[in-house]
Amino acid sequence: MEYQFKTAEEVINLCKKHKISISELAKRYESERSGKSTANVRERMKRTRDVMYEAIQKGIKSNERSKMGMVGGDAKKIYKHINSTSKIMGNKVTLRAMAYATAVGEQNACMRRIVAFPTAGGSGVVPGVLFSCSEHFKAGKRKLLKGMFCASAVGLIIAEGATLSAAKGGCQAEVGAAVAMSAAGLTEMRGGTPEQCFHAAAIALKSYLGLACDPLGGLVEVPCIKRNAIGCMAAIGASDMVICGVTSFIPFDEVVQAMNNIAEIMSPKLRETALGGLAVTKTGNMIKRKLGLKVTTEL
Amino acid sequence: MSEDLSIFDIAGPVMVGPSSSHTAGACKIGQFARALFHATPTEVVFYLHGSFGEVYKGHATDRALLGGVMKFQTSDPRIRDAFEIAKEKNLKYEFIVKDLGENAHPNTVKIVLKNENSKMSVTGSSIGGGMIEITKVDNFDVLLHGRAGKYLSLVAQLDHNDECLLNFQKHINKLEDISVAAIDKSDFKKKTLAVISLEGRRIKLSEVIELEKLEGVDFVRSLSKLETQ
Repeated sequence: MEYQFKTAEEVINLCKKHKISISELAKRYESERSGKSTANVRERMKRTRDVMYEAIQKGIKSNERSKMGMVGGDAKKIYKHINSTSKIMGNKVTLRAMAYATAVGEQNACMRRIVAFPTAGGSGVVPGVLFSCSEHFKAGKRKLLKGMFCASAVGLIIAEGATLSAAKGGCQAEVGAAVAMSAAGLTEMRGGTPEQCFHAAAIALKSYLGLACDPLGGLVEVPCIKRNAIGCMAAIGASDMVICGVTSFIPFDEVVQAMNNIAEIMSPKLRETALGGLAVTKTGNMIKRKLGLKVTTEL
Repeated sequence: MSEDLSIFDIAGPVMVGPSSSHTAGACKIGQFARALFHATPTEVVFYLHGSFGEVYKGHATDRALLGGVMKFQTSDPRIRDAFEIAKEKNLKYEFIVKDLGENAHPNTVKIVLKNENSKMSVTGSSIGGGMIEITKVDNFDVLLHGRAGKYLSLVAQLDHNDECLLNFQKHINKLEDISVAAIDKSDFKKKTLAVISLEGRRIKLSEVIELEKLEGVDFVRSLSKLETQ
């Protein structure tokens, strides 16, 4: 297997050897393992992109609220302000990224179709960052696909070295992973080298290590959706820092090891069980009672 | 399933929200139950255990299970309207919260399907990220694996010998643009239950009927709706 990889180090070496980008390597990896042509793999990623686009477009126009009524309509509120630059401290790109990420999260909560990229809980960050930034670059759809392939390769390394499941590793494994993946994808889209992509991913992931998964009532709504939105800011920030010449002191592979170590130490109460953190606050317990769930802890 | 991860395990699956384990995985278990029943049910009862029993409403586990029993794919937007569609199809359904024992995985459901001729129960667990296990069919222990949004799969009941399965596989490989990605099998009442995961284009109804005519094959069913060309 010529294009196989499980670590960032292997990716960087393969990219050097073949003089290719991370996205190209990811495409060739998939083609090799599935026996399908790279054109076929690219087509499938295009379909994935189209589902994401549809979820974003529906989400930014929707007022629908989730069944429990905890979320809904925020994407529309944010998106309405993307041109009011005098009112907003961030810029159009970050605000739009947050609107898109919220849109996907809300669509997921309302039982609409989304791409679990890499999971349903962290599904907002990648489309948020990549679609908003590609609009800013006025980039063609080709560049967006590059970002998606690069992000997938980074996700694969996290899945191999640690986990992408909040039930195993908490929110660092879902939103945290998505932020790292987006930071790398964006860095490749703006012409960064494979090394720079992993510096961005490392800086991003380091900031999310140890994040608990403590959703209200166990539902993928609060705080998940807003965490996706804020995650976009972190991803764009990490990529910007790298473009300014900053590097991560700790290599990406070591950050992934650290993430796995934290996952092993983390209490099950903070791993998607709704038994700790925000889930057991006064508000969290109110939602639990509404759902008919047992209230185990009162803060 | 110790296979190399696909890029599309990360960039996917495409699914109807909100949860890969409680919605997409639940739908997959429903699909398995329907395929194993290999008939059209008129009545279906779901016994929900553990976390499935506690949070099924919030995660729409109920709609996803029912959608799966009606052969909806995990990305099918009609999952939202599964109750209404079941009523149109005159499929009676009921959800009952029940403790299925200490050893059951927290996300477990026992599905009992009935029509005027037959009755079957299928127990399955959603073990995370859309991956599922079928652990019991009619109180008979089995172990079959599935994964939401990855492959189109067939369920077949065959004579209990390796030759029969090999012959079956050989016939699938003859089909153009379809290849076998994985086979999972389990003993079942002196027979073999096999799950065949396919890659490539969608298999056609006529092709499934041909497969069913092979010697030693009791039945073949697709987990999701087939193209009728």
